[in-house]
Amino acid sequence: MMEWTNAIVQGILLGGLYALFAAGLSLIFGVMRLVNIAHGDLIVLAAYFGLTTTVLLGVHPFVALLFVVPVMAGLGYVLQRGLLNKTLGDDILPPLLVTFGLSVIIQNALLEGYTADPQKLNGGAIETASLQVGGLALGVLPLLTFGIAVAVIALLQWVFYATSLGRGFRAVSDNQDIAQIMGFNKSHIFGLAMALALAVTAIAGILLGMRTSFDPSVGGGRLIFGFEAVIIGGLGNLWGTLAGGVILGVAQTIGAKIDPGWQLLAGHIAFLVVLAVRPNGLFPRIDH
Amino acid sequence: MSDPLLSLAGLDAHYGDFQALYGVDMDVHAGEVVAIIGANGAGKTTLMRSITGLVANQSEQIQFHGQPIGGLRADQVAYLGLAMVPEGRQLFPSLSVEENLLVGGTVGRAGPWTLAKIYSMFPILEERRKQKSTSLSGGQQQMVAIGRALLSNPDLILFDEISLGLAPVIIGDIYKALPGIISEGMTAMLVEQDISRALRVSSRFYCMQEGRVSLEGRTEDVSRDEITAAYFGVSE
Amino acid sequence: MNARIVTRATRASRVAMIIGLLALIVLAAAPWWAGRADLRLMGEIFLYLSLACLWNLMAGYAGLVSVGQQAFVGFGGYMLFALTIFGGVHPIVAILIGGLLAAVLSVPIAILIFRLRGAYFAIGTWVVAEVFRLSFAQASALGGGSGSSLPVGVVKSLSESRSGREALSYWLALGAAVVVIGAVYAFLRTRRGLALTAIRDSEIAASGLGIDIWRTKLEVYVVTSAFTAIVGGLIFLQKLRISPDAAFSVNDWTAFVIFIVVIGGIGTLEGPIIGTLLFFALRETLADYGTIYLIALGAVAIVVMLKAPKGVWGLIRDRYDLELFPLSYRVRVDSNDKGA
Repeated sequence: MMEWTNAIVQGILLGGLYALFAAGLSLIFGVMRLVNIAHGDLIVLAAYFGLTTTVLLGVHPFVALLFVVPVMAGLGYVLQRGLLNKTLGDDILPPLLVTFGLSVIIQNALLEGYTADPQKLNGGAIETASLQVGGLALGVLPLLTFGIAVAVIALLQWVFYATSLGRGFRAVSDNQDIAQIMGFNKSHIFGLAMALALAVTAIAGILLGMRTSFDPSVGGGRLIFGFEAVIIGGLGNLWGTLAGGVILGVAQTIGAKIDPGWQLLAGHIAFLVVLAVRPNGLFPRIDH
Repeated sequence: MSDPLLSLAGLDAHYGDFQALYGVDMDVHAGEVVAIIGANGAGKTTLMRSITGLVANQSEQIQFHGQPIGGLRADQVAYLGLAMVPEGRQLFPSLSVEENLLVGGTVGRAGPWTLAKIYSMFPILEERRKQKSTSLSGGQQQMVAIGRALLSNPDLILFDEISLGLAPVIIGDIYKALPGIISEGMTAMLVEQDISRALRVSSRFYCMQEGRVSLEGRTEDVSRDEITAAYFGVSE
Repeated sequence: MNARIVTRATRASRVAMIIGLLALIVLAAAPWWAGRADLRLMGEIFLYLSLACLWNLMAGYAGLVSVGQQAFVGFGGYMLFALTIFGGVHPIVAILIGGLLAAVLSVPIAILIFRLRGAYFAIGTWVVAEVFRLSFAQASALGGGSGSSLPVGVVKSLSESRSGREALSYWLALGAAVVVIGAVYAFLRTRRGLALTAIRDSEIAASGLGIDIWRTKLEVYVVTSAFTAIVGGLIFLQKLRISPDAAFSVNDWTAFVIFIVVIGGIGTLEGPIIGTLLFFALRETLADYGTIYLIALGAVAIVVMLKAPKGVWGLIRDRYDLELFPLSYRVRVDSNDKGA
């Protein structure tokens, strides 16, 4: 019994990481209806930036965030204004295929720069530290990851619903023409949204790199986890995305408990079941 | 006479291969209310989209404050002091009433209009400020759309079909509020299909037909028959 | 008075037809004039051409942008192995049964993932492919995660001699390409095919015409899945070895196929053919550069998508008003009978 409780608790904590994968995806879809196939590769890119920073400066991965977050945000802004804005329109093919091309470019550029060898960010003592809570050993790093996920989502929620920038995001998302007449520069707003999304991606990448080893090919899997969390939680609902991440995480740890080979399969099956039963996700946004 | 606030000189507009405006000339002077009338498909909406910058034009064909703006984006035009109450109101559905109004203040121009002043003109909006804009009645939504445009403190405000889809008594109320709005030193262009209402509040008019200006003049000088001929393209 | 004749065929399309037939005869004779390596390469080209035409039908015509067709490539491959090893079925029969099973399997999958719109549909197809990969990795009878080889007995049942087998698998690949191109072309000329084009151009207009969009898309999805599985079977008949990672590789069976179609010209029948030729020309000359080659491929696809969304064929067509596979109707003013 205790083992099962443990699996569920570990799954919930893992869900925090998946929610971080998902939050950026959810944000850019909400603002500009863009689905970024390269999202997972950008998470991996952030992990590699973190690796380079920790190695070159000899700092802890958390300190590397101070560098990686602004770099990824800047990259997001440039990427959006220089490339992705040109793909937006009624046709869904250009954004899809351009981000797909981007995914291949990032993956192979990482292979070229870092080789296919698995890497890991060294978090030091925090990686093995754990707290005893009611007979369960909770890893400090997973707890911290979950706490960061909750904080990031609360922050995004605040930006979206309590700041003038968030008002701009929502106005442009609702009606691009009228938002422009009101003085919002659509290209700039979209650039800022992607910058924010990739700032979150940077955090996700660093936490991923401390938790497990990574190599240039693992981006696709991260995209899928993020995507599943978004759909399970319900499109356009950030807290729902956290719930979606948790459900996915729990499904995976329970699957792994039954048979180690079933970890990923169980997560995908949970996603497909939700899709079959509640096509709009468990907590769809209701204000539209 | 002083230089016009807005001046269109030979304005052409295209949607892909389709040409919607052919060499439109118009002048709007500070303090005027100018009516644009014309049937459906005459090019009125394209005219509004061109002036606001939603449709790209030749730079010199539109001048505002003597500055060519035809090539500017809509958000750049907004900062120069041009606002619009769009056809069908087009409030932001995921924003509350107050947020919709605040969006109008994005450009941050100084002037007489503040949130408090909008609320004193339309008290019902203050009562409902926390509600989603979609929960309001059509007339109340129109108040929000007008308030949203005013909060940018524009020099020129465009009203696009503000009576469309509203009950006559509401339309009457809104038109009663217009003189108060204009008297704050604003200039207005009014696009309407309802000719008599448009002519009653305006000093000059342009009548459009098939993308061209078919008649223009002072409202007091023109006869009903002349307008009918220009409006429907009936030739004598 | 001039007679106006509404026609699909043009002089270029008739010439193309004749050249195509001649080329087909020459290609069919390849086992007698081509070397072993060239034969193998050409077989691979035809199989990629088939995959590209199928993906183009889905994405370019039916608007179903999938990044998960590797699900069916791998499924077809695994069915070949499973049915020959455990069922004692002849390989060619096994491949055809694999196609049939893929069609059956694709119906519930479609019902599920058609709930996702646009780009989310794309990622949904990827999830399905992952489920396939992980499931087959669990199948210990087929070697689990490390995969298995086609037993010698099964291979020999195709032909006793090695050259005989190579010729046969080449002809099967050529046949698959011809059948797929022919089927897609014939389908697009039917009423349903025209409906597809209507869907692509405007979903609202298509529903206004009384076309059942959902059903038409379902049919396309099922038929392409079946054909994709058959092509998958042929691919692994050529390779003689299968593993989950190779069978369900997103790079090999989707990324490359997408590049072929995008570069050649999405939503045109000629596009995949041109794209396949360009892709293999690039691969054969630049493959030594490995990752740089793939980066360049990604960059080219992005540039094409932004600057020439109808691809290389789109550029050629706009310049010369050519159509090798006549789909659109043209009004020809026949001035020969002037004064008659």
